[in-house]
Amino acid sequence: MITISAIEEIFPALMKGINITITVLIASAFFGYLFAFIAGLCRLSNNIVLRKFTGFYVEIFRGTSLIVQLFWLYYAIPILFGIDLGSDWWAGVIAIALNYGAYMSEIVRGSILSVAKGQSEAATALNMSRFQRMRLVIFPQAVRMMLPEFGNYLIQMLKATSLVSLIGLHDILYYGDILRSSNLSQAPIVYLLVLVFYFILALPLIFLTRKMESISKKGVAS
Amino acid sequence: MENWSWDVFLDAFPIVLQGLGITIGLTLTCYLFALIFGFVWIFLRRVPFKPLNWIVTWIMEFIRSTPPLVQLFFIYYAWPMVPGIGMTLSPFTSAVLGLGIHFSTYIGEVYRSGIDGVDKGQWEAARALNYPTGKKWTKIILPQAIPPTIPMLGNYLIIMFKEVPLASTIGVVGILHMANSYGSQYWTYLEPLTIVAILFLVLSYPSAILINKLERKMNRRFDKKEALKSSEGAIT
Repeated sequence: MITISAIEEIFPALMKGINITITVLIASAFFGYLFAFIAGLCRLSNNIVLRKFTGFYVEIFRGTSLIVQLFWLYYAIPILFGIDLGSDWWAGVIAIALNYGAYMSEIVRGSILSVAKGQSEAATALNMSRFQRMRLVIFPQAVRMMLPEFGNYLIQMLKATSLVSLIGLHDILYYGDILRSSNLSQAPIVYLLVLVFYFILALPLIFLTRKMESISKKGVAS
Repeated sequence: MENWSWDVFLDAFPIVLQGLGITIGLTLTCYLFALIFGFVWIFLRRVPFKPLNWIVTWIMEFIRSTPPLVQLFFIYYAWPMVPGIGMTLSPFTSAVLGLGIHFSTYIGEVYRSGIDGVDKGQWEAARALNYPTGKKWTKIILPQAIPPTIPMLGNYLIIMFKEVPLASTIGVVGILHMANSYGSQYWTYLEPLTIVAILFLVLSYPSAILINKLERKMNRRFDKKEALKSSEGAIT
């Protein structure tokens, strides 16, 4: 049943979707990390309004599931506020970015808090301002602690991009579904190939994560 | 905000709520499956045959880094078409298998971290007392390896709960499915989807707080043990 000719037929059909999968991944990773840093730092701010507001955002997005958020952004936002997100592509990107941004903001916050207290005391002793302390002393040490988890979440985001096929974006899974519905007996090979596609995309991210783990361990006394 | 209707909200609420039993039932079934299947991965990885360990490690990596949605579709649509071993599965069973196997690879990692945390002396003691393999695991290793991982396992229950709505795509009639069918019937998605979001929040937020408390309690308990051990060492 797994014939070379079937693969030759299915492979190029799936290749058409790789564009959307990769662009959604890159865009949602970019915005996800951006939201994570903004929200993570806001939760450490002295301003109570800012802190409560970002806390609210993080709990809402961590407490509900991504697929619900995606549908909500897709169906409800245009009705509720009359905002047109521009395209389905943006709805997908924003849903994934907001969801994973909320998760990763906890990592940003946790890493900054776990930088040894002596470091910020030393920076104070050197007469650094609050901003300088964060920028020059705390942040560089915190970022290396975040790296392995950021890598893991990148793989999670790749997996999450498959959901955008549900709101009609033409990604790998979308073309897989089309092939399956036109020829049901081909379903095993189609979905197996879709899985292999995702795995091949994930492989560099897996190695990147391992690399980041070794970077974050380097030179740290354990 | 003029498009929000409380009438629709109140009308949709009982209908969406009908799916809650299925959603929670599916979560618990998937979780149980993953808890049991997690041990299978541990077992396969400890078989003293290197090529098998290597293959199992890569299979786990494959399952973990590909989307659960595609795995669900594979089991539901493709499995019946596989010659020889294929069979038609109900949406519920497909979801249990798909999500259960996906999360069992994560649960297996959690077990492994617990087992790695067991002191080397315990293994040596089991050997010194001439315990057979089965008894060594059930009496010595696992009772010490699993309790510290309970908060982590609890976290996975919440994560699982939030992944279960994926099953609505293959026709499991949980809350998301109810909301979507209400939406397509009356052409109003806003209220039913909001109800789904509220239900998730109401159920997962308190559970998360509970798990957090449990984690702190566990940490204290195991820290106390450590403290006790070191103080005993100081006295003798």
